[in-house]
Amino acid sequence: MDKTLYISSSPHVHEGGTTAKAMRDVIYALLPCVALWIYSFGIIKPSVVMALCIIGCMASEAAWEKVRGLPITIGDGSAAMTGILLALNMPPNSPWWMALLGGVAAIVIGKQVFGGLGYNPFNPALIGRTVLLISFPVQMTTWMMPRTHEITSATPLSDVKIAVGLTGNIPDEIKAQLGSVLFGGFGGQLGVVSGFALIAGGCYLIYRKVITWHIPVSFIGSAFVLSAIFWAVNSSKYPSPVFHLFTGGLMLGAFFMATDWVTTPITPKGMLIFGAGCGILTILIRLFGGYPEGVAFSILLMNSATPIIDRLTMPKKFGLVTQKG
Amino acid sequence: MELKTFKGGLHPPDNKAWSEKKAIEVCPLAEGDELVILLSQHIGAPAEACVKKGDFVKKGQVIATPKGFVSVPIHASTSGEVISVEPRLGTAGTKVPAVVIKADGQDTWDENLSGADPDTLTAQEIKDRIRDAGIVGMGGATFPTHVKLSPPEDKKIDHLILNGVECEPYLTADHRLMLEDPDNIIGGILILKKVLGVEKAIIGIEANKPDAIELMTKACAGRGIEVGALKVQYPQGAEKQLIYALTGREVPSGGLPMDCGCVVQNVGTAAAVNDAVRRGIPLIERIATVSGSAVNEPKNLRIKIGQPLGKLVEFCGGAKGELGKIIQGGPMMGMAAVSLDVPATRGTSGVLLFSEGQVLKEPEGPCVRCGNCVRACPAFILPTEIAFKTKKGMIDEAEKLNAMDCIECGSCTYICPARIPLIQYLRQAKGAIIAKRRKV
Amino acid sequence: MIGAVLSLGGIGFLAAVILGVAAKKFAVEVDPKEEAILNALPGANCGACGYPGCSGYAKAVASGQVDPSLCTPGGKAVVEKIAEIMGVEAVVAEPMVAVVCCQGDNQKAKDKYKYIGVQDCVTAQMLAGGPKDCPGGCLGLGTCVVACPFGAIEITSQGLAVIDREKCTGCKKCVSACPRKVIKMTPKSASVHVLCNSHDKGPQVKGYCQIGCIGCQLCKRAAEEVYAVENFLAAVKYDTYDAEKARAGMEKCPTKCIRDFADGYPEGSTFKP
Repeated sequence: MDKTLYISSSPHVHEGGTTAKAMRDVIYALLPCVALWIYSFGIIKPSVVMALCIIGCMASEAAWEKVRGLPITIGDGSAAMTGILLALNMPPNSPWWMALLGGVAAIVIGKQVFGGLGYNPFNPALIGRTVLLISFPVQMTTWMMPRTHEITSATPLSDVKIAVGLTGNIPDEIKAQLGSVLFGGFGGQLGVVSGFALIAGGCYLIYRKVITWHIPVSFIGSAFVLSAIFWAVNSSKYPSPVFHLFTGGLMLGAFFMATDWVTTPITPKGMLIFGAGCGILTILIRLFGGYPEGVAFSILLMNSATPIIDRLTMPKKFGLVTQKG
Repeated sequence: MELKTFKGGLHPPDNKAWSEKKAIEVCPLAEGDELVILLSQHIGAPAEACVKKGDFVKKGQVIATPKGFVSVPIHASTSGEVISVEPRLGTAGTKVPAVVIKADGQDTWDENLSGADPDTLTAQEIKDRIRDAGIVGMGGATFPTHVKLSPPEDKKIDHLILNGVECEPYLTADHRLMLEDPDNIIGGILILKKVLGVEKAIIGIEANKPDAIELMTKACAGRGIEVGALKVQYPQGAEKQLIYALTGREVPSGGLPMDCGCVVQNVGTAAAVNDAVRRGIPLIERIATVSGSAVNEPKNLRIKIGQPLGKLVEFCGGAKGELGKIIQGGPMMGMAAVSLDVPATRGTSGVLLFSEGQVLKEPEGPCVRCGNCVRACPAFILPTEIAFKTKKGMIDEAEKLNAMDCIECGSCTYICPARIPLIQYLRQAKGAIIAKRRKV
Repeated sequence: MIGAVLSLGGIGFLAAVILGVAAKKFAVEVDPKEEAILNALPGANCGACGYPGCSGYAKAVASGQVDPSLCTPGGKAVVEKIAEIMGVEAVVAEPMVAVVCCQGDNQKAKDKYKYIGVQDCVTAQMLAGGPKDCPGGCLGLGTCVVACPFGAIEITSQGLAVIDREKCTGCKKCVSACPRKVIKMTPKSASVHVLCNSHDKGPQVKGYCQIGCIGCQLCKRAAEEVYAVENFLAAVKYDTYDAEKARAGMEKCPTKCIRDFADGYPEGSTFKP
């Protein structure tokens, strides 16, 4: 017995998962939606935006870590994932420099300044998107029509917002279009097809145990219930819950952004609260806020509440139940 | 039938198929073999050697006497000459006091040992016999059994729970024992019931051992012992989780099973109690599983306390491939051994040999807050938060987060994608909290 | 407009009055001496004096019950200043520095197993007594580095803790942090030290370390006044320390476990003498 053996603390076996594997799973889950997105908006332009977002994220992560003398972690896939999510949050016809800048902002401002993976309080992709939205409001709201690739500044959500703002009601001609919204006739809008691609991706993640059902269910559920209440009260002013679920970034947010490990609660109860908060805030911002879309802001707002949600939902430790018998 | 279980935990691949069909074999002991019998094989004060170099001892003879109530005597596992009383490499990898016996190959019993009919003995007399036989918890924790059987007056015990769960992957020793010697176990249970004065005894067995459930149910019929089938979920065999699964009671935080009217004993302990009381045989042998990817022929063995692990492995065809790690006990809670020279003890429920490739070498990454550890934790604490505070030296914060309630089952670490050795941080926190409490 | 100005001004004025009254009424009496001492202290809150932080020590000294010379990090200057504030004679103790009494880095000392886990000596020590085969040797996982409030300790490229004799203030934090008790306090004036912590017999030490003390007594024979050998481990007698004699004994050491820090720090260290 001359060989020096290994000794480590128990357990001596592991389930096999790694952070990098989970990140890869998220990327796989996004692939159908990415393919659809690229195809619908004319392949070349969206491909460039997607590629530059990913390059912006990965390059800035590598550069930052190189300068700070830290180990380079672009291999774990988290920067690439941020890039993909960021691209899906941008107009597919964005100028190339904006995609690059968004990637850099997402990684540097959203993640690395806080200490890198695991320490960022906010979802990096959403930070990138928000930086762009505030800095370049025109470019960030210049959308494209799917398939026809016409340039438009209108999205179903903004149409509703403007119309309700002007007249207090959803005019009949828009209402008539709302039915077709689910099939993707509007600017920036892939409709139900992409919705199902996202749901499928989300289910894959739940099946792979990368995420749990808590946040998507409570996010979508609360958004559905709240918008249904408004719709029931006044359907001429408020759009239907189905419209809300399948427009804007709700599905993407519910399955891929609000389930980001780092920036969301770790307790199951906390996850339910987090999801519900996101859903409610999204609908409130869409109906009453200044912006037509509220998914990004609601998730960022709830991100900031994560520490306190975690503290309030700390599970009751085993052995505190009053004895029976 | 609906299977009972607890909340939390997980289900690692059990790898029991390698040895569960193998009947127990006796690991041979030849003339001239050395047995290294450690003087501290139990939780509590180490025993004190009462033999010296050159003495001839017989099988079953006391070679070390207990010091204090929470302590048990140690017996010679075979007959032979004491060749030294000196510190030897122990389970924990450091040198600890031991008696080394050179077997004479005769295996002559100490003629003073005799059994008794438990019906003629009082509870106290039975407890004395259990203590004198050196019986400790055979599941691996090695807590002296007579102490567990002596709850304070004000604690009313109404349940005796037998642990036949064997939730650790790889291990099949208890499983084989239940299949091959159910009468010994049942005899022990009846004695334990008498000592505790309880009506209700339940044997908890995981559903991955249907043959054992069937056999034990049949054997227990009409003898006042129930068999509870449990879901396959780790750590089903942890005392508190087992009690919850079988009775729905929660052991109060910081308390003991007796605080909710339960006493838990391993099925192996019950068998040892039966041997000790009815036949007068002290605890000098036990069943252990030798398994793992780096052992040629996984087996279940009846081993003598003090046999070096190397001897057990040799009997199982030796190690194959490149050996990376030796584990005493199961892979979830067992302790890695420094070498195969370490002797088997009363707590050696298994010896696992892992190949070099099976050793987990991934470096610790940053916590990505996935929450896996929180969902897996059967004690309902937040392992990653406690680890984080411990890393920062914030021991008071760790204490507030209920670090002391950790049962060190390892579920959190098993499931952590960032490969953080959470359990090590928790142990560190617990150590620091205990040290702090002592100071105050 | 006027209403707004008045109401805001009114609120401001009211708050000012409340604050003023509260400051007078609930003022905490601070001994001016205590404040002066606190200002004189280095403010590292290292705990070397045995009090919780500098303010705790300042309070204790100001009460007149406690020796003003307990602040080792501050050294002579601080002790003199405090003594002056308190109006007592300054008794400056010989400055002490901590030394890691081990040179068994990962090139020279054997490990009994390969450790995987938390990079912390106390935690590693809990697993089979720590990876280093020598029971007294430095584990090199850096628990002392974390404990040092002055950044005076580094782990060398060969996995050994080394303490900078210039930066060390003698606060003893590392001494109590080390699970193997391999760090010892020595007078700063002495530069020759026996860098071994193993009481095992010679052959055993040779089995696991190339640079450990084997208890051969050669140093003692060369310089009886400076070296003592107890329990197979040589030690410098600092009371009768003499640099020349210490070097004479050092040169006789067959395993080179005695080092004069004036010649340099152990291999792989970035510290300069």
